[in-house]
Amino acid sequence: MSLNAVPPRLELRGITKRYPSVVANQAIDLVVQPGEIHALLGENGAGKSTLMKIVYGVVKPDTGSIFWNGQAVQIRSPAQARALGIGMVFQHFSLFDTLTVAQNIALALDQKQDMQALSARITEVSNRYGLPLEPDRLVHLLSVGERQRVEIVRCLLQEPQLLIMDEPTSVLTPQAVRKLFETLRRLAAEGCSILYISHKLDEIRELCHTATVLRGGKVTGTANPQLESSKSLAELMIGKELPAYQRASTRAVGEPRLVINELSRATTDPFGTSLEQVQLSVHAGEIVGIAGVSGNGQQELLYALSGEQPGQRAEVLIKGQEAGQLDAAGRRSLGLRFVPEERLGRGAVPEMSLELNALLTGYSSSLAQKGWIQYAKIREFSKACIERFNVKAAGSQAAAKSLSGGNVQKYIVGRELMLNPEVLVIAQPTWGVDVGAASFIRQTLLDLSQSGVAVLVISEELDELFEICDRIAVMAGGQLSAAKPVVETSIEEIGLLMGGTHANHASQQRAA
Amino acid sequence: MDMNTLVLILAATVAAAIPLIFAALGELVVEKSGVLNLGVEGMMVVGAVFAFMTAAETGQLWLAVIVGALAGAGMALMFGFITLSLMANQVATGLALTIFGIGLSAFIGQGYTSVALDGLKEISIPVLSSLPIVGKLLFSYNILVYLAVVAFVGIWWFLYKSRAGLILRAVGESPSSAHALGYRVIRVRYLAVLFGGAMAGVGGAYLSIAYTPLWAEGMTAGRGWIALALVVFATWRPGRVLIGALLFGGVTIAQFHVQGLGVEIPSQFLSMLPYLATIIVLVLISRDAGVIRLNAPASLGQPWHNELH
Repeated sequence: MSLNAVPPRLELRGITKRYPSVVANQAIDLVVQPGEIHALLGENGAGKSTLMKIVYGVVKPDTGSIFWNGQAVQIRSPAQARALGIGMVFQHFSLFDTLTVAQNIALALDQKQDMQALSARITEVSNRYGLPLEPDRLVHLLSVGERQRVEIVRCLLQEPQLLIMDEPTSVLTPQAVRKLFETLRRLAAEGCSILYISHKLDEIRELCHTATVLRGGKVTGTANPQLESSKSLAELMIGKELPAYQRASTRAVGEPRLVINELSRATTDPFGTSLEQVQLSVHAGEIVGIAGVSGNGQQELLYALSGEQPGQRAEVLIKGQEAGQLDAAGRRSLGLRFVPEERLGRGAVPEMSLELNALLTGYSSSLAQKGWIQYAKIREFSKACIERFNVKAAGSQAAAKSLSGGNVQKYIVGRELMLNPEVLVIAQPTWGVDVGAASFIRQTLLDLSQSGVAVLVISEELDELFEICDRIAVMAGGQLSAAKPVVETSIEEIGLLMGGTHANHASQQRAA
Repeated sequence: MDMNTLVLILAATVAAAIPLIFAALGELVVEKSGVLNLGVEGMMVVGAVFAFMTAAETGQLWLAVIVGALAGAGMALMFGFITLSLMANQVATGLALTIFGIGLSAFIGQGYTSVALDGLKEISIPVLSSLPIVGKLLFSYNILVYLAVVAFVGIWWFLYKSRAGLILRAVGESPSSAHALGYRVIRVRYLAVLFGGAMAGVGGAYLSIAYTPLWAEGMTAGRGWIALALVVFATWRPGRVLIGALLFGGVTIAQFHVQGLGVEIPSQFLSMLPYLATIIVLVLISRDAGVIRLNAPASLGQPWHNELH
């Protein structure tokens, strides 16, 4: 080793972190060079987030050592990590909604700031890196992409030597992703190292110089992602090949099962979005997708569809019957099944057992008779669901909250599917679900539409929508674009619509 | 009604509002940090009895105020230990604290119920106090009234202008985000809870050594509850807390005068009026859901613990 060799920016040796029920990290070694964009690749639960929290001083490792620019260090707090020059952009933003951009940034800086000077610096730095921000705006008024900019600028103001990004693109439009990549490449060129956490293989191949792959808390390999294929990376990540989807080439599309008719809703939530003249029909045997960055009216649309907020009779038709005024139970009796975005709390009662959660939507379908709960039937139903949908749970008596997010989702999807849907509305079907389970859920939806069910999928994952949908519409600013057949559109076009360019287009159409 | 009567009523209004201002502003700071302490009534009444006992034994009224504040803070420390360190339910603990405070104060105040006390006197400011009308209206109060004004300005400045206040609001908005940034959530909350207890204690001390200088069991008469309601109905904004407290004081005094005039309205109904009027007015001026969302601490009442270490 020559004396003037530059030491690695960050080196982890033998990092281990155990939690009572699980070993999150086991003897992890990791080396990040200066100016390197280093991918940390792995499924949910592989231990990526824990490892990054250890580097950022949020979590203390049980054993192992950390070297920073060649020096052994112990990182005890985020403040100390920041003092060393480590910045972190969290997956779930650590922003304060009711404070301004400048206040949010001031909170992350360790010294007392003159707010005026800080605002000027924010404007300067954000423009230099192509991340424009207005310092005096309240964070809750910002789009998700803008919030991420706040997080990034917050880190950049501390002139970091290492920037940790935890799944930064999961909430961005394709265009915003490209802009983010430009910023990150520029930072790397200036000598800042970047640790990029993701499970999206294409992004990693496009952006990163090196990839370390984690599975089950252990390093399963290190690779140059530009030389690897998505397939080989996926094998490192999930330990087997990614399954391919089976879909019939031609599909018979039947009568419209779910029709949304000029649905307008003024929101009562000051942080919400009003729906304007939403128009859509979903036919038997097809999957229609609604793309869009969250917060553009998806929540409001879901409330209007599920029956949690009933409205005018003619706004929603289920199998040709006016259902807009019906509550959730009324719509269920017409054949609508619904899987909400929040699994715990809205899709399932966290403290109750899986069996009793089956009763939540199944009470009208023989799980209860004349007001009496049929416990034997519930158990049978619940066990069948666990087996058929491969739910990892400690039996049908396990509380819903004891399951991981992906397994709760599998159980809820399974529950709705076993209740013989004729129309299925499902939000973020694979959000937070690992790759294997996600492909299982997608295949299930494909099979379902094959059997003649009308499926409406609301998702932020464009790749997913393109994989399973027959037609895709885009939600932006409370308006829904016309649904286009997937074969006639592209990710780029949908991305532009997500950015809101159709808003004018749609209103012109309406005026015409 | 002549000018002098009006001035008297207004001055009496301020005097009646002071204990609410102390207690409610203290609770506002507590709630802004995300903690809901329903024990205000208990902390007030314990502050009142300790302040009265100190004043009766030593004759030192300023010492009595300090002891009242410390007694309130001591009660708050118990609350903090149970809810912040042991992570017990804040609502249940707060209710228990009130019941405990009322019982404790009745017990230790037994020997003092017939003791007479020379209460806190108005301070006379040369020239200013002798001005007509203005002198009576603005410069004829005891020192605690001016302290309440200082507390109001100080708390407003702290919450909206200081970095420490920004941190406190951040902790109340999202404790996990604040923790991720490296702030010590539990410590911030402890300090807020202790401050709230001290303020409630001073409010109680004002009652027992200045407003009505005597000790009577349960003499806070629900003012702690009104202080709690004020914070919520004022949508966690200090200015509106002040308005609500003055309104409550005003109606309290006004109904005394109405009773004095011999109007044939049941006195029970009149006694109810201040509570009713305050809540109705605050509900009416604070109906905007957006304003509530912006000012209400999002983590209010939810225990937080650092699950990662």
